[in-house]
Amino acid sequence: MTNPTISRRGALKLGTAAAAGAVAMPFFARNGFAAEPIKLGSLLDGSGALGLEGKRMIETTEYAVDLINKAGGLLGRPVKVIAYDTQSSMQLYTQYAQQLALKEKVDVIQGGITSASREAIRPIFGRSKTLYVYNTQYEGGVCDRNVFCTGTTPAQTVNHIVDYALKTWGKKAYIIAADYNYGHITASWMTKFMKDGGGSVAGTDFFPLDVTNFSSAISRIQQAQPDLVLSALVGANHSGFYRQWDAAGMKGKIPIGSSVFGLGDELTTMDASTTNGIVTCYGWYNDLPDAKSVAFVKGMQTKFGADVTDLSELCTATYDGIMLWAEGVKKAGSLERDKVIDAMESGISYEGPTGKVTMDGATHHTIRSTYLARPKDKKWEVLASFRDQFPADTGGACDLLKNPKTNKQFTPDLKG
Amino acid sequence: MAPDLAGLLGFNVLAGIATLALITLGLGVIYGMMRIINLAHGEFMMLGAYTAVAASDAGLNIWVAMLVLPPLVVGLIGLILERTVIRFLYGRMMDTMLATWGISLGLIGLVSTLYGNVVRGVSTPVGSFEIGRYGASLYSLVIVAVAIAALAGLYLLLRLTKFGLILRATMQNPAMAAALGVSPDRIYMATFALGAGLAGLAGGVLAPISGISPAMGAAYISRAFITVLGGGPAILTGTGLASTLFGFINELVSFKTTPVIGDVALLVAAVLLIRVLPQGITGRYLRRSL
Repeated sequence: MTNPTISRRGALKLGTAAAAGAVAMPFFARNGFAAEPIKLGSLLDGSGALGLEGKRMIETTEYAVDLINKAGGLLGRPVKVIAYDTQSSMQLYTQYAQQLALKEKVDVIQGGITSASREAIRPIFGRSKTLYVYNTQYEGGVCDRNVFCTGTTPAQTVNHIVDYALKTWGKKAYIIAADYNYGHITASWMTKFMKDGGGSVAGTDFFPLDVTNFSSAISRIQQAQPDLVLSALVGANHSGFYRQWDAAGMKGKIPIGSSVFGLGDELTTMDASTTNGIVTCYGWYNDLPDAKSVAFVKGMQTKFGADVTDLSELCTATYDGIMLWAEGVKKAGSLERDKVIDAMESGISYEGPTGKVTMDGATHHTIRSTYLARPKDKKWEVLASFRDQFPADTGGACDLLKNPKTNKQFTPDLKG
Repeated sequence: MAPDLAGLLGFNVLAGIATLALITLGLGVIYGMMRIINLAHGEFMMLGAYTAVAASDAGLNIWVAMLVLPPLVVGLIGLILERTVIRFLYGRMMDTMLATWGISLGLIGLVSTLYGNVVRGVSTPVGSFEIGRYGASLYSLVIVAVAIAALAGLYLLLRLTKFGLILRATMQNPAMAAALGVSPDRIYMATFALGAGLAGLAGGVLAPISGISPAMGAAYISRAFITVLGGGPAILTGTGLASTLFGFINELVSFKTTPVIGDVALLVAAVLLIRVLPQGITGRYLRRSL
């Protein structure tokens, strides 16, 4: 491969259109065909266990790219989405990631939902040097120059849930979480914030994603008699916990704070009595009154139907991810990965549905507003908002401006 | 241990056993009587749950939506599938496995297309009660009652009715039954529909306490299979005994440790049981029971 930058199709077009000398200069050739679309690769679960969340994220991707194209595209070229449905399967994630990076040679990847899927594909894009933007609220701490994360992290959200819990409910918590890296790391954060705030943790239980019967868990919680329950349960099967909790009459006795509840369509499909009062903290709620937020919901409903009422932070983070990348490309004036990374690291920001979002160059995470809210009769009641929350999860340990070679995920230090 | 905690734990164990018996019974009928490994069992449950959702959304009485419609609807679906697919494959175990697996994938796809890949729910019709300082779900009592009713109903059907007699005869020796004027074909059809209906009932009853999604069957099917194999050839006694054993171990260990260890304990118990009693519990004991 002496000319890695020239595609077969490009070569054919060149052969008919340009003089033979131009073939030796692929860079000129590339710029010469300006109308060729920019490729945005999307890897999201449109079906399977995570299809609930993934479907809306896929729609948001289409919506955001539509807006960019209506505004004239990027660098005078249209943006084209190349989307693969990963069907909630890790194997498909790695397979499609390779396909997008090596065969399609996309200019950027937007996607990944669970942390497990992100960790499956992150190394692949690192090797292929394909810029990767991860748009899910997650356990935080990823520090990798090739990756930008736009979702909220525990240092921006879980701390507010725990603060609220300590002030309003009491000092003794019981933590229940999903049994994979997200649940484990989030549980560590919950424990850390509880202890930092002078509280204690009576117990921590982890549940594999296929657990459906929570009776033993509910008994254990009752036996421990905590003042509150902190939940990082994930997915369709785990939604049974909230029903069983309500059915056991626990709803009125022990309050729940959750780092994931309501990201899917819990509010529309569960009874109000089951969901009411579960305190959450995210970067966005679809009942926020701000103009840009309302416009986003309207735009999505115009494109995908009036029943789009279950949008969440996962959608706005996807939107932010695409828009921040677009800002980066505009600023860099190029699609070359290193130039785009430099531009995105330079502190770019934009005003989106969630308010002002700034990309922090050192951590590659966003500085953004977060909101504390609880469901009230199937609507979100916003309790508080927090401006310009810094992604402080790594406690300064991650500085990609100084140490661009760092490539690891920092986890909370519980000893300190 | 405080008496109220022991009471709560005992109640949970009972509910766990009842749940296990409910999700196993339909599979046990089809496997025990017809030697068909029905890999679509979980999806039959899922269809039962969706029937309950659709019926209660349509404004039907919740009890009718949960207890009456799901077994009827899923039984009918089972009947149609038996007529169109399964009946051509009797006696070919591998082929029936493949066919039912295909049906299972097809049903997941169909329901995803019809209802979308979202989690649905039905509200719980009854409230909660107190055991000392602890709250427990009254709905668990409903599950226990339905499980007992299903086991007892099946027992009476097999033991006291003429249909039950013919059914047992056909399972024992189809050629002889046919010589005596019974059509084994019809009986197989009825048995498959009965098994599917019981799976539908389980789905309907569990609907209010689970997250209902097209892929929900997968979370139940392995337990159901383990219980059927552990139970052995006598459907009712086997299902009852194996559910009791596994449900007891699972709930107790989950409570003492974590649900992961609880599942591990259940699997270890199943492996040991199959090692000691390769034909299941009723392969050795109570062989003449139903």
